[in-house]
Amino acid sequence: MIRIANGQGFWGDWLEAPVRLIEQGPIDYLTLDYLAEVTMSILQKQRQTDPNLGYARDFPPLISRIAKRILERNIRVIANAGGVNPIACAEAVRKVAPGIRVAMVLGDDVLHRIDEFLAKGYEMRNLDTGAQLKTIRERIQSANAYTGAFPLAEALATGAHVILAGRAADPALALAPMIHEFGWGADDWNRLAAGSVAGHIIECGTQATGGNCQVDWQNIPDLANIGYPIVEAEPDGTFVVTKHSGTGGRVHSDVVKEQLLYELGDPKNFIAPDCIADFTTIHLEDVGPDRVRVSGIEGRERPTNLKLSISYANGWKAIGTLVFSWPQALQKAQAADRIVRNRLETLGLSFDEIHTEFFGANACHAHLAAPSDPPEVQLRIGVRSENRKAVDRFTRELIPLVLSGPPGATGYGDGRPPVREIVSYWPALVPREEIKSSIEVLG
Amino acid sequence: MKVPLWKIAHTRSGDKGDTSNIGVIVYDSKDYPLLLKELTAERVKAFFGEIVKGKVERFELPNLGALNFLLHEALGGGGTVSLRIDPQGKTLGAALLKLEVHYNI
Repeated sequence: MIRIANGQGFWGDWLEAPVRLIEQGPIDYLTLDYLAEVTMSILQKQRQTDPNLGYARDFPPLISRIAKRILERNIRVIANAGGVNPIACAEAVRKVAPGIRVAMVLGDDVLHRIDEFLAKGYEMRNLDTGAQLKTIRERIQSANAYTGAFPLAEALATGAHVILAGRAADPALALAPMIHEFGWGADDWNRLAAGSVAGHIIECGTQATGGNCQVDWQNIPDLANIGYPIVEAEPDGTFVVTKHSGTGGRVHSDVVKEQLLYELGDPKNFIAPDCIADFTTIHLEDVGPDRVRVSGIEGRERPTNLKLSISYANGWKAIGTLVFSWPQALQKAQAADRIVRNRLETLGLSFDEIHTEFFGANACHAHLAAPSDPPEVQLRIGVRSENRKAVDRFTRELIPLVLSGPPGATGYGDGRPPVREIVSYWPALVPREEIKSSIEVLG
Repeated sequence: MKVPLWKIAHTRSGDKGDTSNIGVIVYDSKDYPLLLKELTAERVKAFFGEIVKGKVERFELPNLGALNFLLHEALGGGGTVSLRIDPQGKTLGAALLKLEVHYNI
């Protein structure tokens, strides 16, 4: 049995989590998932301004903090912190933790190969909309393939302490040590599916241990000290989801079910780079306090294509707010919204979308929210346009209402809202043969 | 009698682009047939009304006592494009808990 923990559900997750996973009990592998769908484009922009950036900057200081302990206890770290610049990330790690050997998994970055792919006839249509990639060719900012667990397992075989990847698929981080330790084959579909399901359960960190959980949420113990998830994996593909004893949170089949359903599409076809998992075969059993056993998972042959994460510039947006107090808080906010829209129209500005929400009355649930007489309502207006000047002008149209609109406006403390560039996500497919991973070791 | 969904089930919701997914899980497996009968894709589509511009798909996971719904074109463009306070639909699962189902004791 091996213990695989996840100490980071996204870049920005709790800084203490990986340290506590190491300090508070036994683990063999520490996985850290830093990348969300548009993180790659943010990192790409950072690399454009400084060729030494483009990776998750929290990562090197973390390794510095835990270096002594992972060497003492032979804990191996597997992270997709490399972003669009794994080499710079590995060098930064070596600088602050010279005793740590770093193996990089390279080959996921295909930004420089887009034209080659188009010339070969790969349309790379948007998986959501069906649109052809060539329609946004000039606006592409980053392009990376979601790579699987086998290159990560190969990197583990080098003996390096830290395995650093770019856009490795989230569930692959946990599957890799199982392949490495148990010798699973590339066509071992059921076990690869089991490992991918284990990865899916822990990839969002504490969503598997009682965070963001509806079931009996008031009584889930000590969320301030919540334990991050650990998978105890067996060679036959079964595993137990748990957390360190003495930590907060809760691991129960109800909690694990919620996470299994999170961001799920067709449950019979959970497509990972290394296999397709059938979520309708998953069997859960509560086998002790904070222990859920997972078994029965069936998988099928891996897909012939790999998924690409492409990002592209897609216009500008800004969101501004003003707060109106009781009485008639909602009516005042609605009146202010009409004034702003009237003025934008008079100015002749055009937007792809103007969207208004009344925060405190209906922002999350629109017309499904029950009518109420709230003590205050925040007017929240957002606009979106290809024309940056129109968006910029909008950001000047809210504050004047403090003096010229309905009575009792406040909450404008930060002044004009910022204009932000929209970077959109474009999921697409290429034949898997096009993506060749390679391993490079530093140290 | 009619009961709100939250009496018999819990939910978790998330996103894939402009599509919101809502997982609905019964607390007690004996209520799963009722969930299958009551919580059709058509009812979920009608419940959300103007929030969901596209179609609603339903998938069954009897092993977990769960249904998974995909609400297409439900997030104002999704991800970074959306102007909403909840561009990833994290609160849409909670909204569904209000839907009333026929419950036979």
